[in-house]
Amino acid sequence: MSIRVGESAEAATFPKAAKKLLANTQLRRNVRRATDTIRNKRAKVVGEMPDWEQLRTAAQQIKQRTLRNLDSYLEQFEKACTAAGGKVHWARDADEANKIVVDIIRGHGQKEVIKVKTMTSDETRLNKALEAAGIAPYETDLADLIIQLGNDKPSHIVVPALHRNKSEIRQIFMDTMGLTELGHKPEDLAAAARDYLRERFLRVKVGFSGANFAIAETGSVCVVESEGNGRMCITLPDVLITMFGIEKIIPTFDDLEVFLQLLPRSATGERMNPYNSIWTGVTPGDGPKEFHVVLLDNGRTRVLADEESRETLHCIRCAACLNACPVYRQTGGHAYGSIYSGPIGAILTPQLQGMEHSTSLPYASSLCGACYEVCPVKINIPEILIHLRRKIVESGGAPMTERMGMAVAGFTLEDSGRLGAAQKLVQLGRQPLDALGLPGWSVARDLPAIPTESFREWWKNRGAR
Amino acid sequence: MVEESRCALSSAREEVLARVRTSIGTRAAEQEVIREYRQAGQLSEPGRINLFVDRLEDYNAGVYRCAAPDLPDTIAAALTARQKHRIIVPPGFPAEYLPPGFDFIRDQGFEYTQLDATDGALTAATAAIAMTGSIILTHSETEGRRALTLIPDYHLCIVRANQLVETVPEGIRALGARRTSPVTTIAGPSATADIEMTRVKGVHGPRTLDVIIIL
Ligand code: SF4
Repeated sequence: MSIRVGESAEAATFPKAAKKLLANTQLRRNVRRATDTIRNKRAKVVGEMPDWEQLRTAAQQIKQRTLRNLDSYLEQFEKACTAAGGKVHWARDADEANKIVVDIIRGHGQKEVIKVKTMTSDETRLNKALEAAGIAPYETDLADLIIQLGNDKPSHIVVPALHRNKSEIRQIFMDTMGLTELGHKPEDLAAAARDYLRERFLRVKVGFSGANFAIAETGSVCVVESEGNGRMCITLPDVLITMFGIEKIIPTFDDLEVFLQLLPRSATGERMNPYNSIWTGVTPGDGPKEFHVVLLDNGRTRVLADEESRETLHCIRCAACLNACPVYRQTGGHAYGSIYSGPIGAILTPQLQGMEHSTSLPYASSLCGACYEVCPVKINIPEILIHLRRKIVESGGAPMTERMGMAVAGFTLEDSGRLGAAQKLVQLGRQPLDALGLPGWSVARDLPAIPTESFREWWKNRGAR
Repeated sequence: MVEESRCALSSAREEVLARVRTSIGTRAAEQEVIREYRQAGQLSEPGRINLFVDRLEDYNAGVYRCAAPDLPDTIAAALTARQKHRIIVPPGFPAEYLPPGFDFIRDQGFEYTQLDATDGALTAATAAIAMTGSIILTHSETEGRRALTLIPDYHLCIVRANQLVETVPEGIRALGARRTSPVTTIAGPSATADIEMTRVKGVHGPRTLDVIIIL
């Protein structure tokens, strides 16, 4: 079995990639600006919810419950979806999933597919497989379109083109859409995307989507989006293929009431995103005549097996932890060498594809705890990072990585609000960071060697405490 | 060939399920999920309406309030203000609500390109949520199939005050048996946050949304 998480298997280690990206000041400025905006918006709309903590707790418990009974919920979903006219396929890994999708499209003699943003298809590198089979995939999310037309890579799990600013986007559109003129306002860029894709939405016979939630009770699937491209892809084609990881299941329809409150406020800082689509199988006279679901494992059962880090699978991909992370905010998403970047990427990618393939990622964090604070499903990312580091150390890996982790910790210094949190590292038996006399991350890149012994000792003593 | 692939599929199913079972390990007794979040709202009907209007305006949607007998006039006023003339309506939308002077076309399963050639769609709704400014469609005979409120560039939606709830849980539960029909929730016109994280109105869905609340 080969588990692939995007192109991560070939990617450079985090410290190497980060070092290069840190030199790109335009990119850093774009990332900083965008994450600042989203953080402020999030803080405002989360602050107005008196029951935010209660929602987080309920979400956490729903997810825990789901994972503890995932087999029966999957079967329940399959049964309900099938009864409503859907076809359910199972895929052990990325290649198997891609083959299922290619075969369905080929079976209909089609050569094009319209796609709405799907992390899982980035994970399986579906577009490559489609192209190899002579099928043209059209990304329809504005950000994905920017990535696809700009021959770029996604750097954020909600806003994949976050590292691009307005004028860069305008240039990409001018160059690739054959436009001779185009305004400078965001509205002009959105209108250009609308014109560019409209004809395809109305014409292409196969649609492809992911799912934010799949409901065991009713066999329904829910897609959360803003632009309306999701509605186009799931409504207009004759054939719809929806692929998602097996952990996307939630037990009941009413559970949506928890997640549909947490997700938009955490992801885009909105009280509600413009559109949610929920559908159950096939509805005569409305939408696709054929509906396929591809349930993807691709390493998820491996994550499930470790009780101490299982909660990684609770993730609803809101990206709040990326926006809050002092490391992500400095490096951007590309440094993680995986489509899953930021704190969630640092714990998810190594577990999905096996620790041996990404030993530097669990060190791409300063353990400041900001990710845990904002996570709407209360994933204790710092604790899982420590757990994964222990696994790496126990398996005899990572001779240098502890220091790499420390180098990363230096990023926090620039973020004065996080300084206190960074002091937690002191508890790990190290010198206080500020005592190292580091004025900012640029020096931190070449952080003086820190005795690695203390870390190990801390591990040893940890159990005794 | 077909046989073979079917066999591969079912073995993938068995294998994934077997892996899930092994990974879960021993199972503890289940406990109920603690749902201490707000479920029922607290506002009176006028309070709900005010909150709903505030949210809609925040999304840049147009809002009208009227009494039931004034509905045709209000529809006319909204369409006139937006300069919309050729309007598609769902098959079951009551004819008596339609004002004279416009070109209303009843949906008979038109091609997408035909829908694209209209100025907008006029529909009813199933429910609405004040807290989030959401309209919920379950695509009944008065709401139309999903393409109807998606392809045209304008959506005029009618919500009755007694369909309006305060909280998201109330909205989800209001769907009842209609929850397995296609469901679309709409909070403002189509938008994107993909360009420098600011909400920009108008991408693929209707770029303009107006709501009439019948008091
Ligand atoms: S780990 Fe939590 S904060 Fe990060 S993307 Fe997932 S749900 Fe959001």
